[in-house]
Formats: sequence, C-alpha cells, structure tokens
Amino acid sequence: MQNWINAYSATNLRFLLQGLWVTIEVSIISILLSFIIGLILGTLRYVKIKYLSKIVGVIVDVIRNLPLLLIIFFTYFGLPGMGIRVNPMIAAITALVVFESAMLAEIVRAGIAAVPDGQMEGARSNGMSYAQALFHVVLPQALTMMIPALLSQFVSLVKDTSLATIIVLPELLYHAQIIYSQDPNFIIPMYAMIAVMYFILCFCLSRLAKYLQTRLANVF
Amino acid sequence: MWQLFTQNWQAFLTGFWHTILSSIIALIFSFILGSGFAILETNPNKFWRGVAKVYVEIFRNIPLLVVTMFFYLVLPKVLPAMSGFTAGTIGLTLYTSAFIAETVRSGLQSVGTGQMEGCLANGLSYWQAMKNVILPQALKITIPPLGNQFVNLIKNSSVLAFVAGMDLMYQGDVIASNTFQTIPTYIIVGIFYLILTLPLSYYMQYLEKKLA
Repeated sequence: MQNWINAYSATNLRFLLQGLWVTIEVSIISILLSFIIGLILGTLRYVKIKYLSKIVGVIVDVIRNLPLLLIIFFTYFGLPGMGIRVNPMIAAITALVVFESAMLAEIVRAGIAAVPDGQMEGARSNGMSYAQALFHVVLPQALTMMIPALLSQFVSLVKDTSLATIIVLPELLYHAQIIYSQDPNFIIPMYAMIAVMYFILCFCLSRLAKYLQTRLANVF
Repeated sequence: MWQLFTQNWQAFLTGFWHTILSSIIALIFSFILGSGFAILETNPNKFWRGVAKVYVEIFRNIPLLVVTMFFYLVLPKVLPAMSGFTAGTIGLTLYTSAFIAETVRSGLQSVGTGQMEGCLANGLSYWQAMKNVILPQALKITIPPLGNQFVNLIKNSSVLAFVAGMDLMYQGDVIASNTFQTIPTYIIVGIFYLILTLPLSYYMQYLEKKLA
C-alpha cells in the first residue's frame, strides 16, 4: 500500500501529466495533418487520374501494410541520412502522419465508393461539373458515412503514440518508465495509472465519435 | 543490401518465423475469445452483456504496448516470469480479441432478429440456434473485416520487439545495431512484412468486392 502512496506523489503525477500532454499534443497535430493528407490521397485514388491514381494507390497500399514501428524507425534513422535534422517529436509526428494518412486514405476511398453511383450521375445530369458534384454531393455524404471508421482510426492513432517511446519521445509511457526505473516497486502503480489515463483519453474520443455521428447525421 | 541479407539470413528467417508463429497463435485464440465475447454482447442477459462490453472497451482503449508490458513487467511481480514471446503473444491475443468481438458482434446483429425467433419457435434452444443458424451466417459476413484484423495483427506483432520477443522487428533491431546498416536492414524487414500482409490485404479487398 505504501508503494502506491509513494508512487502517486505530487511530483510523479505532475511528471505523468506532462507526458500525457505530449501524447495529446502529438495526437492532435498528427490527426489534423493526416486527416487532410488522407482526404486528398483517398479522393485522388477515387477520381482515377491517369498514372497518378495508380501510383498513389501503390504507395498507400505499401505503407498501410507495414508496421508503424518500422515507419517510426525509418523516419528517426532515415531522415537524418537525407540531411534533415530531426528530434524525436518531429520524427514521431512524421511517422504517425505518413502511416495514418495511408490508413485514412483507404477509409476515404472506401467511403466515397460506398456512395451510390446515381448520386454522381444525378448531379452531373443537373448541370454540375465533375468537381462540383464531387465536392458538393458525393464527398459530404461519404464523410458522414465514414465518421465511425475515421474516429476509430483516430483512437488507434492516440494509442499508437505510445510506440514512440522507442525513439525517446517524452510521452506518457516514457515518463512512466522513467519513474519506475528509479524504483522498481512503482512498476505496478505506474502501469495502472497510465492504463487509466490512456483509457480516459481514448474513451472520451470514442464517445465524441458517437455524439458527432448522431449530430452530423441530422446536418446532411 | 543483398550482402547484408546473405550474411544475416538466419536471423531474418528466425524473426520471420517468430512473427508468423506469434500471429497465428494470437489469431486462433483471439478469434475464439472474440467470438465468445461477441455472443455475450448479443446475449439477452444484461449482466453478461455488461461483462463483455467492459472487456471490449478496456482493451480497445488501452495501447497494445501497455497491455504487452503489463504481461512482461507487471505480472512477473506476482506470477512466475514468462518469456517475451509468450508475454507478447498473450498481449496480442487479448488486444485483438476485443476488435474481433466488435467485428463479429456487428456480423451477428446484421443477421435479422427474425432468424433467432424462427429458430426458437421451431423448438431449437438458444445455443443450438446460435451454433447452427446465426453464427454461420454472421461469420460469412465478417470474413473480410476479420481478414483486415489479421493484417493488423501481423503488423501489431512488431511490439514483440519491445519485450525481446525474437520477432522480425527485434531481429532487425539487433542486426541494425551490429552492422550499423540501419536503413538497408529496415528495408529488408519491411519487405518481409509486406510478403505477409500485402497478399492478404489484396485478397480481402477481392473477397469484399465478390461478397458485396
């Protein structure tokens, strides 16, 4: 019992919260960037521009089928080789954005493909251009349908930030490891605490997903 | 790069083998566990539904790495220690089973309620109806998403590297730190992963189109 009280001292808790904040920061930046890139890549795959769509398709499929951990290593060790100086934060965000954009691109492509062909045909025959039909008719419907898949992908992005401990990103898991490396008795309390923190973070995000889904269903 | 491979092919293949082994063991057990929890989630009994819901939510919202570390570092404090491979595979199994439970549950719910009512009206027991009528239909719908879960499982098995699980990623790590040829080593590791995941994920896309 004394272990638990000592483990949750004010300094340790503040240190953990600092880690949690880095996790949140990295997650938010990666979610925003990968959503934009994923949307563009997914749409590119759908609209079938000669060669470009094929090339995008192959790149997306290759990245999607590699472990994120491997991509983290690539950015951390590979970018300096290309003359780009990286710190763990930039390497982690780059890896997460590259990997999650590919995952999101696939979700976006499947989402657009799920909109019935009649919608595009109807919009076109009413005098809209292809781009107008895509942005005003097809994409809004596709996005609404994609929300559950998108948000569960965001939840897994938040969880995946923990993999960046391996490149010494000072996020939640890494801070916990620092604390219990000073006193092995803290291992159990630390893992209990970070499990709870991750759970609350991800659970809130999934609840937000459910809420958005019901709200947006009424908008479109 | 070819030289790097010929010099270390044994290590790469050992890693490849452990990745395959761990993925298949985790797939089998997480499928059994996941289907079990999916059935519980559609159970009329409120208590069992609650139990399944809590299990699924816990493992869906905690990072796999934390789950794996729990079995590798925390459990040995109370139970005898286990190897990294075992700890990693148990972590993978529990984590994946929550996702499989969700997939199978949505499959079960897509089978109309009339099917179950019809079975019960015809004198089948709940479990007979589940086993002979509902599950076979549900599993057919869930094959493509299950396949995608398997692809995720193979990719996720790379966390074994954190617990010295002898898998592909771990071997790659060891080779990279011995030879200092970091990027070529990781490219070879990546090719090995693609050999496993790419055909599977294309096959699932094909199945999805065919079943739709």
